[in-house]
Amino acid sequence: MPIQVLMPALSPTMEKGNLSKWLKKEGEAIKSGDVIAEIETDKATMEVEATDEGTLGEILIPEGTADVAVNTPIATILADGEKASDLGKAAAPAKQEKAAESVPPAAEAKSAPAPRDESPAAPAAPRAVAEPDPEVPEGTEMVTMTIREALRDAMAEEMRRDPDVFVMGEEVAEYQGAYKVTQGLLQEFGAKRVIDTPITEHGFAGVGIGAAMAGLKPIVEFMTFNFAMQAMDQIINSAAKTLYMSGGQMGCSIVFRGPNGAAARVAAQHSQDYSAWYSQIPGLKVIAPFSAADYKGLLKAAIRDPNPVIFLENEMLYGHSGEVPKLDDYVIPIGKARVVRSGGDVTIVSWSNGMTHALKAADELAKEGIEAEVIDLRTLRPMDTDTIVASVKKTGRAVTVEEGWQQNGVGAEIAARIMEHAFDYLDAPVARVSGKDVPMPYAANLEKLALPSAAEVVEAAKAVCYK
Amino acid sequence: MAAPKKSVAKETGNGSHHPLEFTREQELSALRDMLLIRRFEEKAGQLYGMGAIGGFCHLYIGQEAIVVGMQMALKKGDQVITGYRDHGHMLATGMEAKGVMAELTGRHGGYSKGKGGSMHMFSKEKNFFGGHGIVGAQVPLGTGLAFANRYRGNDFVSVAYFGDGAANQGQVYESFNMAELWKLPVIYIIENNRYAMGTSVTRSSAQTDFSKRGISFNIPGEQVDGMDVRAVKAAGDQAVAWCRAGKGPFILEMQTYRYRGHSMSDPAKYRTREEVDKVRHDQDPIEQVRNRLLAAKMSEQELKAIDAEVREIVNAAADFAQHDPEPDASELYTDIYR
Repeated sequence: MPIQVLMPALSPTMEKGNLSKWLKKEGEAIKSGDVIAEIETDKATMEVEATDEGTLGEILIPEGTADVAVNTPIATILADGEKASDLGKAAAPAKQEKAAESVPPAAEAKSAPAPRDESPAAPAAPRAVAEPDPEVPEGTEMVTMTIREALRDAMAEEMRRDPDVFVMGEEVAEYQGAYKVTQGLLQEFGAKRVIDTPITEHGFAGVGIGAAMAGLKPIVEFMTFNFAMQAMDQIINSAAKTLYMSGGQMGCSIVFRGPNGAAARVAAQHSQDYSAWYSQIPGLKVIAPFSAADYKGLLKAAIRDPNPVIFLENEMLYGHSGEVPKLDDYVIPIGKARVVRSGGDVTIVSWSNGMTHALKAADELAKEGIEAEVIDLRTLRPMDTDTIVASVKKTGRAVTVEEGWQQNGVGAEIAARIMEHAFDYLDAPVARVSGKDVPMPYAANLEKLALPSAAEVVEAAKAVCYK
Repeated sequence: MAAPKKSVAKETGNGSHHPLEFTREQELSALRDMLLIRRFEEKAGQLYGMGAIGGFCHLYIGQEAIVVGMQMALKKGDQVITGYRDHGHMLATGMEAKGVMAELTGRHGGYSKGKGGSMHMFSKEKNFFGGHGIVGAQVPLGTGLAFANRYRGNDFVSVAYFGDGAANQGQVYESFNMAELWKLPVIYIIENNRYAMGTSVTRSSAQTDFSKRGISFNIPGEQVDGMDVRAVKAAGDQAVAWCRAGKGPFILEMQTYRYRGHSMSDPAKYRTREEVDKVRHDQDPIEQVRNRLLAAKMSEQELKAIDAEVREIVNAAADFAQHDPEPDASELYTDIYR
């Protein structure tokens, strides 16, 4: 019986891709291991290998087709003795791997998580935004773009504006970014300003800081913030403290950016949220946006800021699209939270990918008659206490949502500030939804349990509302 | 463990640099600059003993020829960065003694308004980039300064000083790799004073010839008699020329000796009194210059005049540092962001 070749996935979370090219023709003999086609997503291309021998029977999806869903049959392979007339009887293999095996591109220079598309659990964009963005003039044209593109555009715009701005990091140039965030920058700005570094986080973080002390404005990309642990001494002891230790004489304008927080199925060493770690340090500014517009406007602000800025991105959000104002110079002030949904019953405070759960929970709660006010913190340091407190004074209840651990976490800090500034307004203790107090497990079910969820947010919100 | 019996003289002298002959003007300038550091450090030691200086205080006595000789090889615009044994470097770059001393005493008139202390001082004006308290951290930073020079296309050179102890830090080699890969104009000066705190070089380093530490990165290196300011200057000239010509980094191992303990709290039990005395007697960098000047018919009186001039600067600095007010309480919350 003819065997179906299915559209393979580059990663566990990829949902669709483009079939860019067929390398074998119908009727051509193929051996196991032959590359028969190429597929691509916005981040990577890969080759489809045949795992069965025979003849390429029929191409079901022509080359150049976009958005082919994973597991869609793309061709059939005829075994020896089978004829084209048997094609109608093609059997779907029990598992996709039987028919085609994905060969990931050599992206993961150092076991970085594979590039992936959006998590199926996450909505495509914050649809529940109720409050208009106060920074955008009414009538501004909006452009839909992915967060990955928003980041790239922010860097490109700032590099055009200021010749002292440059990007350095692992695979940022010729590879076009391990997560394709720096795509195209090398082509526009050249190797002088888009610099591939060796895999030496401690060293290149220090080199970046030294260059910043000399007046340049580096953007240092960490392939993920997990690897920035090696650079922690330079970030904190050299970048954050020098302005103070020099009595204001010498500081550094530098951005450290890259994906932070849990990726998918990469286990404990590659899935950690550093929000609390960096936001404890005076001298650093810490930004962790959620929406595409905020990613763009805040990265531009971070690059212009004369201080060291930690810009925490989220890998699960890179492929998400959102509307970004089409303005010549869209810069969002650092340190301002945003009320993205108004409500009078309970305040939910989150940032970065935690907003995914917060907004989903708010939708669920609305169905049950509880109106949640959702605050996207956007900047963790300096923290916009006023916006949180103003909301809690209105609602009398608060829930924090974060991927990181509870102990000494950002949620703990928010709870403390609410207690300090709005104690008399509280009708219930502040509830914290967070990552569980364990290293991130690999198994899919355990990983899901370790992360916060919309259901937990709903539960916590109802609990503080005594419902 | 017994201290190594070899004298610094035997360990040095194998560098390829025949000391340059200095002009009388150069000798006098070197003498004055080294004396300033010596007297400054002696005074700092006294003030520490009196309780006027707190915390850590690492004295540079014995190593003066290195910064003074290197500074003679540099030009305005070149950058200097070092670790925590930094007072000598600051004075050599032309930072004022009173500002440095007032920082040691934690006063408002110190280079960091009293907020940095002995290990953390900077001067934008003199292109001195610190003063870094974490062993080895200045090496990537100094490499970054060189990166900035290359990025801007100027011909300035960055000089990153570190000790034999820091030379075993991983980030040093990460820096070596990038510096050679990108041909950055940085001179790595390894000040080998034979002890990383109390651990002698032979007890801490598999390769004790530090000039060879760049071999696997193709960075040239040389051993230099760091007690002879003329040898330092000659080696510095060569390294500077290499860097300015765009050939990448250069390593100079300066063989030297620290007379005092690692810090003020170090009783230096790990070496003998005789070892210290022998170096002081045979190789003192200041005495070497003084003796040459005397041999060249300079009078004791002329030399004493230089001594007096230096003492006056140091005494004025000590006086200022003890009478300048502490930083205002409001300074607690300044200079965190700009």
